[in-house]
Amino acid sequence: MERFIQVLVDGWATGSLYGALAVAVVLIYRATGIVNFAQGELAMFSTFIAWGLMQAGLPLGLAIAGTLGLSFLGGMLIERLVIRPVEGGEVLTLVIVTLGLYVLVNSLAGWIWGFGNRAFPSVFGDGSFHVAGAAVAVESVGIVAVLIALVLGLYAVFQRTKVGLAMRAVSFNPDSSRLVGISVGRTLMIGWGIAALVGALAGALIAPRLFLDVNFMGGVLIYSFAAATLGGFDSPFGAVLGGWIVGIAENLAGTYVDFIGSDLKILVPLAVILVVLLFRPTGLFGSPEVARA
Amino acid sequence: MSLLEVSDLEAGYGPVTVLRGISFSVDEGRIVTVLGPNGAGKTTTLRALSGTIRRSGTIRFDGEDVSRHTPEKLARRSVAHVPEGRGTFTGLTVEENLRVGAFPRRDKQGVAEDMRHCFRYFPRLEERRAQHAGEMSGGEQQMLAIARALMLRPRLMLLDEPSLGLAPKLTRELFKILERIAREDGVTMLLVEQNANLVLQFADDAHVLEAGRIVLSGTAKEMQADEGIRRSYLGV
Amino acid sequence: MTSKRLRLAAWGVVLVLAIVLPFFFNAYRVGQFTQAMALGIAVLGLNLLVGYSGQISLGHGAFFALGAYTSAIAIVDLDVPYLLALPLAGAVCAVAGFLLGLPALRLRGLYLALVTLGVAIATPQVIKRAEGLTGGTQGMTVDKVTAPAWSGLADDQWLYFVTLAVTALMFVLAAFLVRGRVGRALVAIRDNEIAARTMGVDLARFKTGTFAASAMYAGVGGALFTLPLGFLAPESFPLALSFAFLAAIVVGGLATIAGALFGALFIEFVPVYAADVDEALAGVIYGGVLILFMYLLPGGVMGLIRKIASMKPRPRGSDDAQAGAVRRLGDRAAGGGAARERVRSQ
Repeated sequence: MERFIQVLVDGWATGSLYGALAVAVVLIYRATGIVNFAQGELAMFSTFIAWGLMQAGLPLGLAIAGTLGLSFLGGMLIERLVIRPVEGGEVLTLVIVTLGLYVLVNSLAGWIWGFGNRAFPSVFGDGSFHVAGAAVAVESVGIVAVLIALVLGLYAVFQRTKVGLAMRAVSFNPDSSRLVGISVGRTLMIGWGIAALVGALAGALIAPRLFLDVNFMGGVLIYSFAAATLGGFDSPFGAVLGGWIVGIAENLAGTYVDFIGSDLKILVPLAVILVVLLFRPTGLFGSPEVARA
Repeated sequence: MSLLEVSDLEAGYGPVTVLRGISFSVDEGRIVTVLGPNGAGKTTTLRALSGTIRRSGTIRFDGEDVSRHTPEKLARRSVAHVPEGRGTFTGLTVEENLRVGAFPRRDKQGVAEDMRHCFRYFPRLEERRAQHAGEMSGGEQQMLAIARALMLRPRLMLLDEPSLGLAPKLTRELFKILERIAREDGVTMLLVEQNANLVLQFADDAHVLEAGRIVLSGTAKEMQADEGIRRSYLGV
Repeated sequence: MTSKRLRLAAWGVVLVLAIVLPFFFNAYRVGQFTQAMALGIAVLGLNLLVGYSGQISLGHGAFFALGAYTSAIAIVDLDVPYLLALPLAGAVCAVAGFLLGLPALRLRGLYLALVTLGVAIATPQVIKRAEGLTGGTQGMTVDKVTAPAWSGLADDQWLYFVTLAVTALMFVLAAFLVRGRVGRALVAIRDNEIAARTMGVDLARFKTGTFAASAMYAGVGGALFTLPLGFLAPESFPLALSFAFLAAIVVGGLATIAGALFGALFIEFVPVYAADVDEALAGVIYGGVLILFMYLLPGGVMGLIRKIASMKPRPRGSDDAQAGAVRRLGDRAAGGGAARERVRSQ
């Protein structure tokens, strides 16, 4: 029983990490209909910047805060410089551009910081406590709490601020948005900025668990996509819930299903994506417009 | 001086030129309509004015040269465009559609007042204020589109075929409301319409567009009396 | 000279160059060219799928791996001669491609890309797991191919010519497919599925067929690729490989046959040369090229060549194919609402 709770809690925490990156992916999809395959690499880059700031002497908290700000700016720049020229284009064009960005950012990070790995401290420290006989890390609880706060914060921004209203308007009808005086380009930049910020947060949460190296987000990406697909590609709340489900399912499958063991855990997100897209493309919370027959 | 002055406006889509250099003006406080057969370029005219398609020529609004303004910039100058097909934000609620209509404005009080004002014109919208716009009927969406334009507190409203797809009774109701808006709120209107009969009854001036050129201009009364117009557009 | 004759002449020149090439380079270089040709076959397969039939696959590397391992297992464990191992690999992959093509019928655009991405990511893990067959992380060694005495050629040269023959065959086959009824149907499907259906095109048959064909090409390419090396391991087939294939068709030119050559040369030699300078730099160049090509040369190298040659009258069919690939592949993606509108109408 203890083991089961352990597996459950660990899965929940890991799932939160998948969910965090998934939220970033979903934000961009909602705003622009683009799936940003480079989201994980951007988050990785941000995490390296945080690491760099710490090497320069900043305490962890400030380093992360600074990184969030820089990532916001970086996201805006990427939308303006890299994505804008091909916005509104074919799906294949956008897939290729975001894949190109994936490769570029990954290698750029390797060029700047090398390909070795390094440790990244956790904001929450190493402590743990006991629940029903199982050891639960403070970090796990902290991650879940941060994620919930994030989603609530995003909800507030989208539903209660003018900027949020503009972003939603642009996602439904960019042409009409122009007619009411909204600068679509600027709004999209802000959307990408927020997504990059969320990605950076995800990176800072994930890095303490895996070692910080140029490829650490690569493994997370497909899990996050599974989370986003399960949640319905245009719902941040769905992405979080999807993440939790994928994380717990992966851990349960890895522990209790011998065939899968720890090697084939990667099949879990693939199976989730396939099943959802074939049988219920809107996912759990997606709006019907997202669906395809 | 007219509120809107257009000279030699040429516009089109890609390599195709639809408007071949039209000139007209709209005086403040007037309701002006552009009539013509399908494909004449009526919708293109409005799109050219609001800047959503490529155009050349001169457009002056309230004395200012707005020939190169982007749609956003023109909206911030208080020109509201109700596009063909309404262009409502289907995923937003009625109330949010109205709020977003007032996007460039900073006067919270004024915006709240104007929302109440809109609901007075369109009580059906108030009933549905928390509903998603996408769930409403065509007529209700048209009302919403007009109300949204009104939230800008526009000096000039461009309307693209507001009667499209609406039952005759609803259309008459709508036009009555448009007339009230024009007269009571002092909104100058430029309407593009297929339904010549109805619109000539309430417009002040009219222009007839054929194959990208203006072929006839005059007051609405003069139009209604003209033999050629009666035969071609009024079915008399 | 008509344009068709010009094109045949160009191919003739390429063939002649290809034939004399191995006599001018050392064994290592020749091996690289051999691998480039193998990659070219795989790239051609991906172009059939993505460029011509409009189905986005990020998982081509998986079929490449499947072909490589099938052939290796056949040669090492089943004593199949390497020449027979090639069609065997192709057949196995064709079946696998068909199987993947079935659910793919219900997925389009981004969603298909997502699923195939998952397949590509899972590939190295699956290879490791199937240790019994694949040798797991240790990998498999395949005996080097030796040249028969009567040829008078060195081993590397013999393998080069075998590969050249297979490559030529595959390219000619693709050319026939693409210029005939099949090719026209594919382009029709890619540009407007609904219209194609009303014209009587059996969507399911063509789309799954293309998946199968594309996988077969990848399989044959994979089998050929490992022969010069003589060794394969899960690390040989990472996600980056699938990205590389995609980069190849972009650089070469979507919906072109000749483009596969340029694309293959690009992905075989650029990483090597760039890595001489700096390993990370190679990736930066790679990614940068992908992005820049989308801005400046969406038609790839072949698109550029065609533009330059545009003084001469061009044959109708092939250029419409390419123009369409660049202009209208899939759905539009910007403005979630607009994308959703179009999504619904399909």
